[in-house]
Amino acid sequence: MYKIIKAEFIAPNVKSFILEAPHIAKKRQAGQFVMLRVHDKGERIPITIADSNTEEGWINIIVQGLGKTSAHLNTLETGDHLQDLVGPLGLPTHIENWGTLVCMSGGVGTAEALPIAAAGKAAGNRVISIIGARNKDLVIAQEQMAEVVDEVRISTDDGSSGRHGLVTDVLQDLMDEGIKPDMIVAIGPLPMMAAVSNQTKEIGIPTMVSLNAIMVDGTGMCGACRATVGGKTVFVCVDGPEFDGHQVDFKELGSRQKMYKKQEEESHKCFLERQMKKMKAEQMNEEVPA
Amino acid sequence: MKRERPQSFNTVAMKERLTIPRQDMPEQDATLRSANFLEVNLGLTPEQAVVEAQRCIECKNPTCMEGCPVNIKIPDFIQLICNEDFIGAAKKIKEDNSLPAICGRVCPQETQCEEVCVMGKRFEPVAIGRLERFVADYAMQHGNGSEEIFGKPKSTGQKVAIVGSGPAGLAVASDLIKEGHAVTVFEALHEFGGVLVYGIPEFRLPKAILREEVATLETMGVKFVKNFIVGRTMTIQELMADEGYDAVFLGLGAGLPRFMNIPGENLNGVYSANEFLTRSNLMRGYEFPEWDTPLYRAKHAIIVGGGNTAMDAVRTSKRLGADEASIVYRRSEEEMPARNEEIHHAKEEGVNFMNLVNPIEFIGDDQGSVVAAKCLRMELGEPDESGRRRPVPMEGSEFIMDVDMVVIAVGNGSNPLISQTTPEIETNKWGNIVADEDGRTSMDGVFAGGDIVSGGATVILAMGAGRKSAIAINDYLKAKVRSSA
Repeated sequence: MYKIIKAEFIAPNVKSFILEAPHIAKKRQAGQFVMLRVHDKGERIPITIADSNTEEGWINIIVQGLGKTSAHLNTLETGDHLQDLVGPLGLPTHIENWGTLVCMSGGVGTAEALPIAAAGKAAGNRVISIIGARNKDLVIAQEQMAEVVDEVRISTDDGSSGRHGLVTDVLQDLMDEGIKPDMIVAIGPLPMMAAVSNQTKEIGIPTMVSLNAIMVDGTGMCGACRATVGGKTVFVCVDGPEFDGHQVDFKELGSRQKMYKKQEEESHKCFLERQMKKMKAEQMNEEVPA
Repeated sequence: MKRERPQSFNTVAMKERLTIPRQDMPEQDATLRSANFLEVNLGLTPEQAVVEAQRCIECKNPTCMEGCPVNIKIPDFIQLICNEDFIGAAKKIKEDNSLPAICGRVCPQETQCEEVCVMGKRFEPVAIGRLERFVADYAMQHGNGSEEIFGKPKSTGQKVAIVGSGPAGLAVASDLIKEGHAVTVFEALHEFGGVLVYGIPEFRLPKAILREEVATLETMGVKFVKNFIVGRTMTIQELMADEGYDAVFLGLGAGLPRFMNIPGENLNGVYSANEFLTRSNLMRGYEFPEWDTPLYRAKHAIIVGGGNTAMDAVRTSKRLGADEASIVYRRSEEEMPARNEEIHHAKEEGVNFMNLVNPIEFIGDDQGSVVAAKCLRMELGEPDESGRRRPVPMEGSEFIMDVDMVVIAVGNGSNPLISQTTPEIETNKWGNIVADEDGRTSMDGVFAGGDIVSGGATVILAMGAGRKSAIAINDYLKAKVRSSA
């Protein structure tokens, strides 16, 4: 069992976990992920490592409660335990001094972009962060990002913070201001990474994306996470998770992500019903005087 | 092989032995079992086991032993069964094989010990596999673990790390713990057993049996660490330099599924056999949503390939409720690498065999899910380098069939993790680790065996390789002590 040192919501439905994991903390590099199971009948899911501390022996993951497993995970509190935790997995991000690096991130992807932005800065790049979210409550890690990069720009779908629009609009603003990025890193939901890759392909800026695929073992053994990059099949877990965004078949990956949509909904429904029952039972207990 | 003949306990006259029929193993009814995941074979009864053992004609030169990759003393344990000393028989097997309950179930005996059984030349061979399984189960049920058999050896103070808890790793662990070394097995997944847990289905090898075998090794003193990926969580160099391991054995398995490189292979509903079986076996997808991991329940499933893995996958899809579950194999049944028993069981359970057929494309709907397979009919031409007749496409034979799930079971390549993280260990052009006969790799103190060296093979061959490596590791550790003394 793997101890949760600290758990706290940092945005609606988005929780940050500090996990006891001394071995992983020691080895982990930017861009790598862990596989975890919440309970003894749980599925294995991949989550990118956002931060770590070698001396204190912990890693940090940020989880958005979308499906059954992530929703269940987000019910866990400080002091609880995970069933299984293994890593670090995947190839570390390739970092060099490109010149001007723009890190574009959406949703919880910002937490994952943070270590890459920091590593990019340490390698001598001028780093600009573009953070996108649906609204201002969902903008996460803005302050931490501001600490490590030269400049942070925000975009929200509803205009409640920063520019009203998408991260691609902010990139266009930068270009209009005469800033020419040498390298783009895009991390976030698939449609966002696809839109960025489309945009940068046209203007010829190399773009790296971090793909989130369905995985089972996470070590190359099963091939569930395959994607097409440059016309060739890759395994995201051992060949990635980072790839040249201009080469990725986003349409295929998008439909592969929906492979179990029906089952996931069923599973999520079962979970919510169980949670509801539990809450009702607890309420009953409270109401009955001792 | 010169050896002393075991004491005979067989009271049946030699001539009569030839007339005893080979004892059939009771099994679950085919219609019943094709809808559940319980074990198919039910094992011999004690009475049957004694009768079967009495069929052995006690050859002067027992070829059966040579047919066994780990040279189990087959004539000896058979005589002990004749004497109804089932525990003694189990102990005799465990001198050479630490996992008899597993091997008795999954070994291809018909191409090993039983193939060379002298009885088999004119009659049916002695059912050595069934006897092995019987005594192993008997000993397990009667609480006779190996720790009693071997006692606690004197500690050498030397540490061995075993990477991977599959058949090769477990065999090495068992041999080296008996020598008094401190043995730790590192496993990447959350359960121990490697392919025995993620690959082989419950109906062929119940997980409880596997857990029991692992637990026996634990009581003998083997330490098991799960969720630990050597190469990533800690490198081999760190294990040796920082953690003080004197030797390392790599039993990583093949573990990187091969695909056919034909259009449509990344459609939803197209699985590698590894993924399909892992979702079902390790993750218990067949109990979704009670267990969280989802798995397709297809109506028309095809499984491409003719090996044991293909049989496991097709029988699993049948159990998941497929109306039609078919093997699609490009050669004929004669060339199938699967065990006869698996093919026979699959047929009994209603699996359809489409031999001499090869898919060339999978067709999807607008949601990206597979709905059909385009195939060619094949005929057999001249033998190829494997000695089997080469399948050749028949002109104008193209046809399309409706399918809603495809499982690709055409073998495994090698996992890139170790070559990515430990370049000093030499690998060949297929990515397999280069090791000599005794498992020595190009890195001092590091040994390897099983599928990661040989490419995809069987459980017992991996165990055989593991046992050879165990001898070499033991010698290496002894020499290390001598040179430092």
